[in-house]
Amino acid sequence: MPPSQEKAEPAIAVAGLRRDYGDRPALDGVGFELTAGASLVVLGPNGAGKTTLLRVLATLLRPSGGEVRVLGCSLPSEAWKLRGRIGYLGHEPLLYRDLSGRENLRFQARLHGLERAAAEARIEELLRAVEMERRADERVAELSAGMRQRLSICRCVLHRPQLLLLDEPDSNLDVEGRELARELIGPGAGTRVVVTHDPERHLPEADQVLRLGIGEAAVVS
Amino acid sequence: MTPTRAAFAAILAKDLRAELRTLQSLPAMALFSVTTFVIFRFGLDRTSLSGSLAAGVLWATLLFAAVLGINRLFVAEREEGGFDAIRLAPIDRSVLFGAKVAALVIYLAALELVAVPIFAVFFLDGAGGLGPLIAVLLLADLGLAATGTLISSMAVNSRARDLLVPLVLLPLVVPLMIAATGATEPLLALGGPSYHRFGTWLMVLGLYDLIFGLVGYAVFDFLLED
Repeated sequence: MPPSQEKAEPAIAVAGLRRDYGDRPALDGVGFELTAGASLVVLGPNGAGKTTLLRVLATLLRPSGGEVRVLGCSLPSEAWKLRGRIGYLGHEPLLYRDLSGRENLRFQARLHGLERAAAEARIEELLRAVEMERRADERVAELSAGMRQRLSICRCVLHRPQLLLLDEPDSNLDVEGRELARELIGPGAGTRVVVTHDPERHLPEADQVLRLGIGEAAVVS
Repeated sequence: MTPTRAAFAAILAKDLRAELRTLQSLPAMALFSVTTFVIFRFGLDRTSLSGSLAAGVLWATLLFAAVLGINRLFVAEREEGGFDAIRLAPIDRSVLFGAKVAALVIYLAALELVAVPIFAVFFLDGAGGLGPLIAVLLLADLGLAATGTLISSMAVNSRARDLLVPLVLLPLVVPLMIAATGATEPLLALGGPSYHRFGTWLMVLGLYDLIFGLVGYAVFDFLLED
């Protein structure tokens, strides 16, 4: 390995991470490192803290203890430097039900400072990629859960993030939808952390696996 | 356009578009104010009001109608993930505060476009005071929107949101209402408008707007933290 790569900082470095909800610890003593460009799959039973871990990495939750560095930024003190560099796909689609899919994507593009022409081109490209061009002008409230998930994936990658944080990315998607989504958020999409209950599908494409158990420290394999 | 201005315009346009499409707040606010005027008309058994009574009826009605809109101001952000979307974007979070204040000012102005003419038809002998009343309405709307946005953002995560907003908001807007009615009273005086202490009350309204605008700008970032 060349010296420059030896010294390269990991995309994510977590040590002794703790996150409490009141008196209840959701995460306790979690630690791992993820190199840039690699995929980490997070497994664990319900309530193990998988979603909490993802939200901490996305700067949406503050850690209660431990050290967290994401893309060279220490959390929570440098969280502001990370904004716009992360693509987050959570349980909620983060889409306004009374706007159309296209309007939602335009809204997100403006929040992320994309120029109007570039944003329109990117939106068309993404809608084509998930085969949503013909349904993109319908209100989100009128779309099926699977269609909303496709739009949410477009939202997640719209601003070309450096790190993808994906919570159950296949949920509500049919077989065709999963294959289309794979093009945008699959292993070739860069550094990824994927929370899943479907290890059979995601383990083959994982560079690292993190197993979280209730009340147990994390184990990296 | 700077990223901050673009984000401000995007959030404001999104809110106005959603309201025009769903009409969830404005019709309820307008209907409430018209109904309240009817109740006052028959409850007071008066066909004409002036001075402090007219100012009180107008502002009490507008305030409670405004609470309906303030209650719903952040519901979409809470229920559809808008807070997370804002927190993930590379923008100053106070942009959301500014855009919501602007949206609420527009809602209040639209409400007053309906409510004030109806109030004049129901209760006023002349329309002489309505011109300068616009300045009072604008300044009071700004203060009400700044305070309402702040309280609404704090209450939206509570199940008791509909109860919390009026409970916390109403005591905070007492100074605003005193100044608004103080400025309105001489405009609606019997025998035509006068401008006794009108400028003083406008300055009080402006000071209230400044204080709550700055407080909202300063603390809004912390309110969006988990």
